[in-house]
Amino acid sequence: MNLVNILFWFLSALTLFSALMVIISKNPVHSVLWLVLVFFAISGHYVLLNAQFLAIVNLIVYAGAIMVLFLFVIMLLNLNKETEQKKNIWIKVAGTIAGGCFLLSVCNVVYNAQTGSKEIANKAILMGKGSIGLIGNLGKELFTNYVVPFEISSVLFLSAMVGAVIIGKKN
Amino acid sequence: MNIYLLAIDWWFIIEKLVLIALIVTLCLIIAMYETYGERKVAAFIQDRIGPNRAGPFGILQPLADGGKLFFKEEIIPLASSKYLFVLGPTLAMITALLTSAVIPWGTSLEIGDRNVPLQVADVNIGVLYIFAVVSVGVYGIMIGAWSSNNKFSLLSGLRAASQMISYELAMGLALIAVLMMSGSLQMSVIVNKQMSGALGGLGSWNIWYQPLGFLVFFTCALAECNRTPFDLPEAESELNFGYHQEYSSMKLGFYLFAEYINMFMSCILMATLFFGGYDIPFVNESNLAAHIGQNWVALLSFICLLAKAFFLVFVFMWIRWTVPRFRFDQLMHLGWKKLIPLALVNMIITAALILWLKS
Repeated sequence: MNLVNILFWFLSALTLFSALMVIISKNPVHSVLWLVLVFFAISGHYVLLNAQFLAIVNLIVYAGAIMVLFLFVIMLLNLNKETEQKKNIWIKVAGTIAGGCFLLSVCNVVYNAQTGSKEIANKAILMGKGSIGLIGNLGKELFTNYVVPFEISSVLFLSAMVGAVIIGKKN
Repeated sequence: MNIYLLAIDWWFIIEKLVLIALIVTLCLIIAMYETYGERKVAAFIQDRIGPNRAGPFGILQPLADGGKLFFKEEIIPLASSKYLFVLGPTLAMITALLTSAVIPWGTSLEIGDRNVPLQVADVNIGVLYIFAVVSVGVYGIMIGAWSSNNKFSLLSGLRAASQMISYELAMGLALIAVLMMSGSLQMSVIVNKQMSGALGGLGSWNIWYQPLGFLVFFTCALAECNRTPFDLPEAESELNFGYHQEYSSMKLGFYLFAEYINMFMSCILMATLFFGGYDIPFVNESNLAAHIGQNWVALLSFICLLAKAFFLVFVFMWIRWTVPRFRFDQLMHLGWKKLIPLALVNMIITAALILWLKS
């Protein structure tokens, strides 16, 4: 057990626990805060994999911006027991089945990774090694080999932004 | 003399823990005396004397204030959400202190055969780390405001959040120009770049090349710290007291304290990014180290960084006691329609100049 292993198990436990708490908590504000904790734990995993840029962008974008907006909306809606809509039992069943299917497919992927492909079978994850996640390398890669998809996605963001402004102006 | 247990270099951990403890203590003490400084500056500007009863020149005033806050009755409103009510000020404090992790506080020390850098973590995304901490800093205020279950608190929390999100953008854009000049996000590299110029480093400070960027950054820093003229989350005349209205005792103290730590941190950050960090002007650090030893240079450079930061803190206070508060729509107007285009123009000019000079 070295430091990386200890951190890995700690972060994994934290991720799973807080992800469960997102679903279990009754209060939507608590759910959002647990979700923020999930993002922090996942960022910790990225740092362990030496993907520092990804880790910090995950925090800035998800924990710092998107979740704040979530919190904004939920706080203003003032959700509580009285205003909660009665959910149809069939929706719950359908949700459980859909979630179960997703869980099965994820389990399948993990299982295949363990037994199927020879390349990755029984190999530990490269912890704290590799340099592709560092910002310089990532930037060079994005702006040389993947410049077209990168620019297209930026156009997508721009159009989303323009759309948001237009929708906001109408009201 | 490295000790390895569980494959962990314990000296490294001890060294970092001591450094963290020292930095946190330093931040807290400085935040304490910022409150004193604020009152003295306010008094000076308004032609008064200011606090002068506790100790000589009133320098024990912060202790008296802190003691008073500790002895106040602690009230948790019945209708509040208990855990979150406590979590709010805690988060505000933690996020305020977290920024200090990537700041280079001085040149490295030599203790025995170890070279101890005065920086907790020299990560290669230092600037982005600060952004992450700043953007997470909203939570302390928002959680506290919501869990108080008070209309005024909630309103003020929403104001604070929207203000901080809006000004983060312009701040980031202003920073990109600085990053393009230094070519790295690593704080130590940014500082080292500024130490190599003429006049012992003074000539290469980023402020000379990025005056507009600094202006935008400074304005945004004022807004991020909720300082006048952008202290709308605490506009007493409109919101009674602001997001910490329901708080009492040291929980209120934490909120107020976190604000002063934020102020100190953003001044340190501005000193690091624009004023050469711990660079001692007119002095070549490596020559000096050969004469008086590495450790003394570290101390001097640390004092230099603090002096720069204290000057900026003074400017913050100066602004607070001379400029009146904005209206909220004016604030949004300034942030979105003035500062962001200005920062964008600054960024494009910088990029063009860098390309032109390189070719």
